[in-house]
Amino acid sequence: MHAATAVTSDRIHTDVSRRKLLDQVFVVVGLLIMFGALLVLIVLFLDLVRDGAPRLNWDFLNSFPSRKAERAGILSAWVGTSMIMLVTAAVTMPVGVAAAIYLEEYAPKNWFTAIIEINVTNLAGVPSIIYGLLALGLFVYQFNLGQSVLTAGLTLSLLILPIVIVATREALRAVPRAIREAAYALGATRWEVTAHHVMPYSMGGILTGMIIGLSRAIGETAPLITIGALSFIAFLPESPFKSEFPFLSFAWLKDAFTAMPIQMFNWVSRPDPAFQANAAAAGAILLGMTLLMNGIAIYVRYRFRKRINW
Amino acid sequence: MNTLQPGSTESPARAEAMGNGGLATPRPSVDVSRAASAADEVLALKSRAEALSFYYGQAQALKDLNIDIREKRVTALIGPSGCGKTTFLRCFNRMHDLTPGTRYEGRIVLYPDDFNLIAREVDPIEVRMRIGMVFQKPNPFPKSIFENVAYGLRVRGMRSTVRLEEEVEQALRRAALWEEVKDRLQSSGLSLSGGQQQRLCIARALATNPEILLFDEPTSALDPIATARIEELIAELRDQVTVIIVTHNMQQAARVSDYTAFMYLGELIEFDNTSKLFTNPAQKATEDYITGRYG
Repeated sequence: MHAATAVTSDRIHTDVSRRKLLDQVFVVVGLLIMFGALLVLIVLFLDLVRDGAPRLNWDFLNSFPSRKAERAGILSAWVGTSMIMLVTAAVTMPVGVAAAIYLEEYAPKNWFTAIIEINVTNLAGVPSIIYGLLALGLFVYQFNLGQSVLTAGLTLSLLILPIVIVATREALRAVPRAIREAAYALGATRWEVTAHHVMPYSMGGILTGMIIGLSRAIGETAPLITIGALSFIAFLPESPFKSEFPFLSFAWLKDAFTAMPIQMFNWVSRPDPAFQANAAAAGAILLGMTLLMNGIAIYVRYRFRKRINW
Repeated sequence: MNTLQPGSTESPARAEAMGNGGLATPRPSVDVSRAASAADEVLALKSRAEALSFYYGQAQALKDLNIDIREKRVTALIGPSGCGKTTFLRCFNRMHDLTPGTRYEGRIVLYPDDFNLIAREVDPIEVRMRIGMVFQKPNPFPKSIFENVAYGLRVRGMRSTVRLEEEVEQALRRAALWEEVKDRLQSSGLSLSGGQQQRLCIARALATNPEILLFDEPTSALDPIATARIEELIAELRDQVTVIIVTHNMQQAARVSDYTAFMYLGELIEFDNTSKLFTNPAQKATEDYITGRYG
């Protein structure tokens, strides 16, 4: 009897060890791949910082572009990028979230909504230059918005809307059915269920999708060049704040602009090696801005998840 | 539609629509009850299902149910899994309307105002304003304890903080939860234990003063001690509200209910006083089920 037990336990032991070996192999492979990807990013970032180091100072952020590399800065570029992002966020948030809520909570499940859904998902994969061409025809020529901050913001908004809609739908879907039923059972209308429960509880996911979309938009170059962004701008758009009533101005929406990636592109394509340092410095700052936005996304997700635990 | 309040007079239009031929619809007298024994016949009728059938698409889930729900009594629905007891329960607050492709036939009448709550022209939200529900798994909102209980009142337009506080306290007391949470009304409803969460859900439903309170296997996710507290609570609620409870636990049905309906394959097999149904069932199928021969 004893011998038989020993044999059984031995057999189980070897079997489990063999299967657990596979476990460990996967861990090693996963770690290698992850470190590989991370290493590339770190090397890229450090390389940019090293090349751009002499230019990474306050003056660089505070100067307009110039023909002399050592006097050139990214003031108009980062202000332009910030304003474009403001327009993009202000347009994408309400439109994207409303579209997602309609598709997820309201739309009847039929062939028509199925076609819309497939198209929204596909739009996320359309090359950005196509959006640029669309914007050139639609916003610049048809609506006469000009080669302005507004046009750029709307174009990038179109570009990231599919991403935001898909992410928002995902977030809405994560709210358990039981919670919706609880609210409905108390006599809530569909809008009350959405506004009081589904939307607040999925806000972490919605904001994460939003920021991921914006960090995609911040680096886009092609659509902005297509709509005719200038690469040399030695002035700032009009300030949105005024000293006299009504204190806010929207004139900046119609101003010409440049943006970080365009400024970089301009510098990279110059023969003078001194401009390469400028491009590297601008690249490091742009990458920093993107990382910062992703950092905020992670923090927001963490904050909301901590409060809500299904 | 002016039939939201109990006891309000019925509009001629609705009476016409329901084919009752006018205003003077008499409240059904109690002697038409099929199930209740003589001792219980003084009890008022709260609701009655008449020839109720229900379909998910083409599939018929409920077949021609007829049942009387007595006011301020506990009616239990028992039967094996898939017999339609939860489907039946969810007809009472029109929960099925959230699923496309579902269809009701027949009537579920709410008394005293003779209000057919599954009529096509009746908005399910009107029905849910009058009939509360407690679900299988505790499902508090990820909001504070106070906000959980206050939510139904807020939906009903109550804005006064003082009144909300009064009503929330009262509801929590009725759900036997007040003493445990009175010092932490602002902490999350999710911070409570499973049994407390379920009592919070009961308080949330009670706060709106429902005419009927539906329980869908309310203790199936709870441990025995929490279950006992919920059962005690249901027994206490008997004087205040009409209760319909679905349970897969026959002992629970025997402990908490006054009437029990046994369902099988979407049909009502037997409906009687709980004590009679469990001690002396009229149908062979009922006897087989309660003695554990299947299910």
